[in-house]
Amino acid sequence: MTAIIAFLNAAIGQAIVILFGATGEILTEKSGNLNLGIPGIMYMGGISGLMGAFFYENASDSPNGVIGMLVSLLCALVVSALGGLLYCFLTVTLRANQNVVGLALTTFGVGFGNFFGGSISKLAGGVGQISVRTTAEVYRAPVPGLSGIPVIGEVLFSHGFMTYLGLLIAVIVTYVIKHTRKGLHLIAVGEDPSTADTAGISVTRYKYVATVTGATIAGLGGLYFVMEYLNGTWTNGSFGDRGWLAIAVVILALWKPTNAIWGSLLFGGLFVLDIYLPGLTRATKELVRVFPYIVTILVLIITSKRNKPENQPPESLGRAFFREER
Amino acid sequence: MTGGFHLTKRDGISRGKAVLIRLVAVLLSLIVCGLVIMAITGDNPVEVYAALIDGAVGSKNRLWNTIRSMMLLLIVAVGLTPAFKMRFWNIGAEGQILVGGIAAAGLMIYGGGSLPGAVLIPLILIVSTVSGLLWGLIPAFFKAYFNTNETLFTLMLNYVAIQLTNFAIILWESPKGSNSVGVINQASKAGWFPKLFGANDTMIVLLVLLVTVLMAVYLRYSKQGYEIAVVGESRDTARYAGINVKKVILRTMMISGGICGLAGAIIVCGASHTISTGITGGRGFTAIIVAWMSHFNALAMALVSAFLGFMQQGAIQIATQFGLNENASEIITGIILFFLIGSEFFINYRIGRKGGGKG
Repeated sequence: MTAIIAFLNAAIGQAIVILFGATGEILTEKSGNLNLGIPGIMYMGGISGLMGAFFYENASDSPNGVIGMLVSLLCALVVSALGGLLYCFLTVTLRANQNVVGLALTTFGVGFGNFFGGSISKLAGGVGQISVRTTAEVYRAPVPGLSGIPVIGEVLFSHGFMTYLGLLIAVIVTYVIKHTRKGLHLIAVGEDPSTADTAGISVTRYKYVATVTGATIAGLGGLYFVMEYLNGTWTNGSFGDRGWLAIAVVILALWKPTNAIWGSLLFGGLFVLDIYLPGLTRATKELVRVFPYIVTILVLIITSKRNKPENQPPESLGRAFFREER
Repeated sequence: MTGGFHLTKRDGISRGKAVLIRLVAVLLSLIVCGLVIMAITGDNPVEVYAALIDGAVGSKNRLWNTIRSMMLLLIVAVGLTPAFKMRFWNIGAEGQILVGGIAAAGLMIYGGGSLPGAVLIPLILIVSTVSGLLWGLIPAFFKAYFNTNETLFTLMLNYVAIQLTNFAIILWESPKGSNSVGVINQASKAGWFPKLFGANDTMIVLLVLLVTVLMAVYLRYSKQGYEIAVVGESRDTARYAGINVKKVILRTMMISGGICGLAGAIIVCGASHTISTGITGGRGFTAIIVAWMSHFNALAMALVSAFLGFMQQGAIQIATQFGLNENASEIITGIILFFLIGSEFFINYRIGRKGGGKG
């Protein structure tokens, strides 16, 4: 039983990181932008949140965790929004190729994260390993009362507030896309920008808003990882390829954030499965870690073969819109 | 976003003007990089740039490092070119390099003791090419027959290849438990590219240039190269013209994946002499940008690769000299790429005042 609880909690810990990224990417892709810069943006969100909290805790004599939390949240949001804005400026305004811009942004973002993560303590005057325990404690505080319930409380309520925020955002984004006028307009922009433009929808504005909002949501995934998973520290390379897993979950979820909740849990489980599965050697553990990607590829093949329109990527995904070319 | 302005697509732009726009972009990116480095280190930007140049070409050794770095990027870009020309988004070069690299490392380990170099090295080059070719064939098959999205498919295959690499590393690790293969055949140098004309990297340069020239000729003068261009323009047109689109997709991705697999062998036998997930150095992704920005022109790809190789080696020097970590080079590469990508807009579009005459 304790092993199962430990496994579920580890899976949830992985899943929430992926969920933030996947929700952000789904919102982005709905506007027709395939933002392959999301993995980089998650790095940027994580490190900037950590740096914000770090400089606050260093500057204050008796740092307050809640203020540290707000500072780091703000830093992560602003920097990831800037990442999304840069992507939009290049792909929407300057009409550059989306894949190329996305990959460049990921190169930049991963470098940005590892550079500052690796040298921040040095830049701040050699204070050793950076750690923002006071702030991280606020992020990691379990739900009061409910987390005391045996088993159920341990699995469902022992997480910090960002876990529930991630779930809430996924539900809200799904609702907005499916049930509001703005959501319908967004789908129209992603499916057929020329027609949407003719109908008087500002394609440019929808692409910008969806992509920048998507980037900030994804950036929160990086922040969650740094604060709740790493407990307010940074190890270069530890974020790994979670950002790409988030993009994989988008496919698995068939472009619906509520599906992404289950998809993320599945991937989170598969991500840590090798630790909990008995009888594996170090070598076969590496092979078990292939599963999330194989599952994604299978989903990709099956959906393309079935060819149901509602399960497909948005029609204009990856292509720039140029009004004068209609 | 273009309020008050009017955009028209340029029909063509003189070569000189296009080059000028790119040079301005490079210059701006260098200024921004300088400012960023200055903001972080607080050092004089002139000193920083002097260190950068010193790091890239300051000694014979460093110059060779820069050349090698350029060549390894160039061959991956060359490998991606036919696929991109066909409008097939092969984002899977990282994986194709790795499977080629695994094959190369495996042959070095198992064949190093028994086969002479004259047999072993050609064998490695062939087997690695075939491995990359098969790895590239998988997404091509599903694209041709089910129209499966190749961007996402090839992207996912990268991570399958990474896990295969991790598996191979544990299989071959030395010493046991180190999670690293270490330098393969350090004493015997079996499978290592031999020194030619007094330099270690001559063979890399020759191989890469050979493949580059062959590819340029293939795309420009062969019937298959023409078919690739037609399929890239429009699949329907290609079909009407009697081109077997499925066959072209499969064949082209075999070539693309094959060259990336070969690149894996060149990296392992010529540069790293080991296998790890880090041997690609992100080239599979960077090369996509190089190939795209060069409009698949071989000379332009060589120039962009040289510039990026120069900046990356230079950034390593800056990092050591000013006590920063080596990831500074990724930030610098990123900034340069943003400027180069952005400059394409000014090459492709003409901006005029609204109400003004047609551009």
